[in-house]
Formats: sequence, structure tokens, C-alpha cells
Amino acid sequence: MTALLLAEFADSTRFVEAARRARGAHYRLVDAFTPFPVEGMHELLDERKSHIRVAMFIGGIAMAAAAYGLEYYSAVIDYPYNSGGRPLDAWPAFMLVPFATGILVAAIAGFAALLVECGLPRLHYALFAVEGFERASQDRFILAVERPAEDDELRRALDFFRGAGATALREVDA
Amino acid sequence: MTIAAIRNEPMPPEPVRWTLPQARTLDAVNTIVTAPLYERGLWSWRAWWIGVAVSGAMTAAFVVGVTVVLMRGIGVWGVNTTVVWGTAIADYVWWIGIGNAGTLISAMLLLMRQQWRASTNRFAEAMTLFAAAIAGIFPIIHLGRPMYFYWLTPYPNTMTVWPQWRSALIWDFWAILSYILFSIIFWYVGLIPDLATMRDRARGKFAATVYGAFALGWRGSARHWRAYETLHLALACLGVPLVVSLHSVVGMDFAASLMPGWQETIFPPYFVVGAMYSGFAMVVCLAALVRWGFRMEGLITLAHFDVMAKIMLMASIVMGLSYATEWFNAWYGGDHAERSLVAFEFTGTYAPLFWALILCNVVIPQAFWFGAVRHSVVAVFVVAVVINIGMWFERILIVWNTLSHDYAVSMWRIFLPTVWDWVTTFGSLGLFALMYLVFVRLVPVVSMHEVRKLVDEEGAS
Repeated sequence: MTALLLAEFADSTRFVEAARRARGAHYRLVDAFTPFPVEGMHELLDERKSHIRVAMFIGGIAMAAAAYGLEYYSAVIDYPYNSGGRPLDAWPAFMLVPFATGILVAAIAGFAALLVECGLPRLHYALFAVEGFERASQDRFILAVERPAEDDELRRALDFFRGAGATALREVDA
Repeated sequence: MTIAAIRNEPMPPEPVRWTLPQARTLDAVNTIVTAPLYERGLWSWRAWWIGVAVSGAMTAAFVVGVTVVLMRGIGVWGVNTTVVWGTAIADYVWWIGIGNAGTLISAMLLLMRQQWRASTNRFAEAMTLFAAAIAGIFPIIHLGRPMYFYWLTPYPNTMTVWPQWRSALIWDFWAILSYILFSIIFWYVGLIPDLATMRDRARGKFAATVYGAFALGWRGSARHWRAYETLHLALACLGVPLVVSLHSVVGMDFAASLMPGWQETIFPPYFVVGAMYSGFAMVVCLAALVRWGFRMEGLITLAHFDVMAKIMLMASIVMGLSYATEWFNAWYGGDHAERSLVAFEFTGTYAPLFWALILCNVVIPQAFWFGAVRHSVVAVFVVAVVINIGMWFERILIVWNTLSHDYAVSMWRIFLPTVWDWVTTFGSLGLFALMYLVFVRLVPVVSMHEVRKLVDEEGAS
């Protein structure tokens, strides 16, 4: 259980500014929920680097190599067929299948990596139960920060986000 | 003072806005896009039901046509021992061309940072899926023995033979298969955040559950968006070369032969441009229909039609140049069969169709030079329909002309379509329309999160 303070904003400019100031004021930013990708949020949250492209590269290259290997095996080793002395390993003609299937598997690998990095599918999430959270996918920008344990600090935090333009503040345990 | 002002250069014009005032808040975007799915009472749906009835009847005809072809063989079509490819192959090339464009448009415009794609990419990508799926049917039913189509795949078999990897038809199989599956992934990834919006706006438990399940639990956190943007961009980067290679391979189905009028190096790029051209025309038709049917004037604006008309104009010029290059090469190459073929195109049996093709693809689209035409949705729609017809003529003539007018004069023969040619051709249109009509009732037709971003950026600038 993490004690969170959710600060809701109605526009992206105020939201980004508030997140930046909150970070400057040493609040621990836990997450941000927005209806579209907001530039710069990821950096403010100190997220890990994404490995999606690495996964795609490995998947694509592996599939392309496997496809070429199959072509080579079938045309050169298993069923060599001499047609007018043409080379058995006709690599220019063999390129298309590794290319197309490699891209396909790169896409599949990327999608799988997306699911892993996002922790999806996960149909239930504690914050879904919070009133107003459904608007994070529509028209509200929600910043989740660690809720200070002390009453004094909590009051200061609430004032801070209210001053930054938050339209709603909620204390939740997620 | 800006640099332009200091240098005494003319100031850049006001940036074009891609939304109308009624759609310039985040909530307005959500409301407009989800209305057809959640505020069904606002529509009478009469046009939709008529569309379903008509396209359903056409789909039934298509099923009958395909069944007849499968039961009695491809001889029920007009194909003969000379013109061995007929409307099925032309339909295939036409559909795969349209099927190319959705991903090409969506991915290429994303890479080029064309923000206006936001309100068109979803239905363009859906068009791709349906058109590519239909395209996949034609080569299979055109096989003499369609029950053996799986011989295209490499699997250990008792015949101990393998597919011929040097054959363009095998490339075709892999290219289409990879492309369709890739397009589904590309489309679905872009759809996930919108499915989450649908889940969160659902009024009933059923809608919330179904959309929620397909949204996979998306919650729009910063990490989600970061991963999403990384993947989406990477997919776009891979999608463009895949699409280009796919239609190049379709071109090579012809160009890798030894036939006059087919064995040309220009075929792969020429086919890619043709695909983009007919695909854009189809997107324009669908955009006009979606805009009219779902009152999306605020999101799909005249500026969209203007810019899409300009792209079609550009493509029509490239197509004209490609045709001219073919004619020039035939003359300059000096080969008798090639020259004879071009003369046959210009004056032979199919000449009326050929001149209709030139009219539809090259001449009429020149109307897009005029702003008045580009700013009229009806005019752009009509020209787009004309382009689609012209592109079908092009596909059918590529098949008919060369096969009817081969090297051996004794082999020359004309293709005469039968009723089953028309049933399978128009029936496939019905199937496409039916799938599309179902799609617009199930999935948000405009990418909400991308338009929200666009609205936010336009608001800030």
C-alpha cells in the first residue's frame, strides 16, 4: 500500500508546470496519468529507459536469420535443383521473405515488449476505483505524488498543489 | 521581432488549424467521436441500415460467386488459354493497392509529423485491414486447385518438396501475410488508448467490460505513454518499407515475367505510387462519408480535403509520368513486341477503356489545381471516386493488354468477362462496405488521443 496524493489538473500547461515545481520542491512524483502523451513527463518521473526497440531489433533479426536459414537449407542442402547452372543460394531472390517476416516478428516482439514494460494486461488497478480517475483517459491530467505522513506537511502539500492550479485533490491508498 | 521580420522577408502565413471551434476542447473531441457509439439516439441510422442491406446483399452475391468458382472451376470466369489472368488478379491488385494506403498514409504522415493525420489515420488503417483481407481472397480462388493453397508454405511433407523461393508468387504470399498481420498490430496498438477512453465513458457494464478487456487495462500513465510512443514510432518506421516492398512485390508478379508490357524495371515504384493514389482516393471517399454520417465536420475539416486533394494531384502527375515512361521505353527500346503492344493499347480492342483510364487517372484529377475544387467536399469526393474507377481500369488493362497481345500473333485473344467476373468484383465491394459499416458501430472511427494532443498543441500555440 502506498499513500498517494492525486492532484488533478484541467489543462496540460498547468499540469506540466506543477509537476516541474513539485519536483523542485522535493515531492516524490510517483506517476502521471494523462489523456495523451505529455512531453517531458517521462523525464520528470525518472522512468527507466525503454527496451522496446532492442526487443524489436533482436526479434526482427532473429526471424530474418531463421527465414534465410530455411531458404538456404531447403534450396541448397535438402533439395538442390540445378536449373541451367544458376546458383543454388540465390540470395537476391531470397531477400524478400526474411525482410517481410523479420518486420512482422519485430512488430510482434515490440508489442510483447510494450505489454511487459507497461505491466499489461492488467484489467484491475487500484486507482480505477478512485472517483474521477476515469477522466484521466478523457480530459483531466492527474499527478500522483507520495502523500506526506505528517499532517503539517500534508496540509502544506495540499496548499502547494492548490496554488499550482489543481482542480481537485484526493488522498488515496493504492 | 522574428528572424523573418528582421530579414524583411514575408511573414509565414497563419498556421492551418485542423479542427473547427466546436471541436477545440478535449471533452468536445471525446463527445464527438464517441457519440455514434454511445449516443445512438442522435441518429436515425436509416442510411446505415440501407447500407447494411445493400452491402449485405452484395456480400451474399460474393459468397455465391466464390462458391460457384470453387465448385465449377475458374472457367466460369472469362479467362481463356491466352488471357489466363482475369478480373480476379486485377481485383486483387486493386484491393491490395487500397490495402496498402492506410498504413502507408498513417505511418508516413506520422514520420513526417503531419498532424492532420490524427483525425484520418484510424479509418484509413481500418480500410487497410479490410481491403488487404479481401485482396487475399482473390489469388486463392484464382488458383486452379485452391484446396492446395497451403503448398505455398514451407512444411515437411511427404512429397519432400519445398516452395520455390525464387518465385514472385511466393514472395507475394509472404509479403501479404506479413503485411496483414503487421497492419493488425499497428492498428490495434493505436487503438488501445482509445479503447480505454471507451471503457471509461461506458454507461453500461457490458460496454465497460468489452472495451475494458480490449484496452488491456491501459491507464495512460507516463510510462505507458512513453512505451506507446516508442513502439508506435518504431512500427511506423518499419511499416513504410514493408508497405513499399509489398506493392513492389505485387509489381514484380508482373515484372519478373518475360511478357511485353510487364517486364519493366519501372513496375515496382509505379505500383507503389498507384497504390498510394488509389488508397488516398478511397480514404477521401471514406472521410467524406464518415464526416457526413457522424457529423464530424469539426474534426475532418475542409483543410483535410484540401491537403489530401493536393497529394492526389501529385500522385496523378507521377502516374501520368509513369505511363509516359512506359510508352517512351517501348518506342526507344525498339522491340517490336513492345511497340506493337503500345499501339494495341492506344488503338486496340480495349482502347476505350484505356482512354477512360487516362481520363480518370491523369486528366480529371488536374481539377485539383483549383482551390474551389479542393474546398468542395462533393467535388473532391466525386474526383476520388473517378480515380478509384480509373485505377481499376489500370489494373484490368495491365492484365488484359499484355496477355491479349503476346509475342505470338497466333495466340492473340480477347478477354470477355462473364457474369461471374462481375459478381466477384462488385460482390467484393459489398463485403468491404459491410465490414466497414460494422466497424464504425464498434470502434471509435477517429483516434481520440491523437486529436486530443493536436487540440492541446493548437490551443497552446
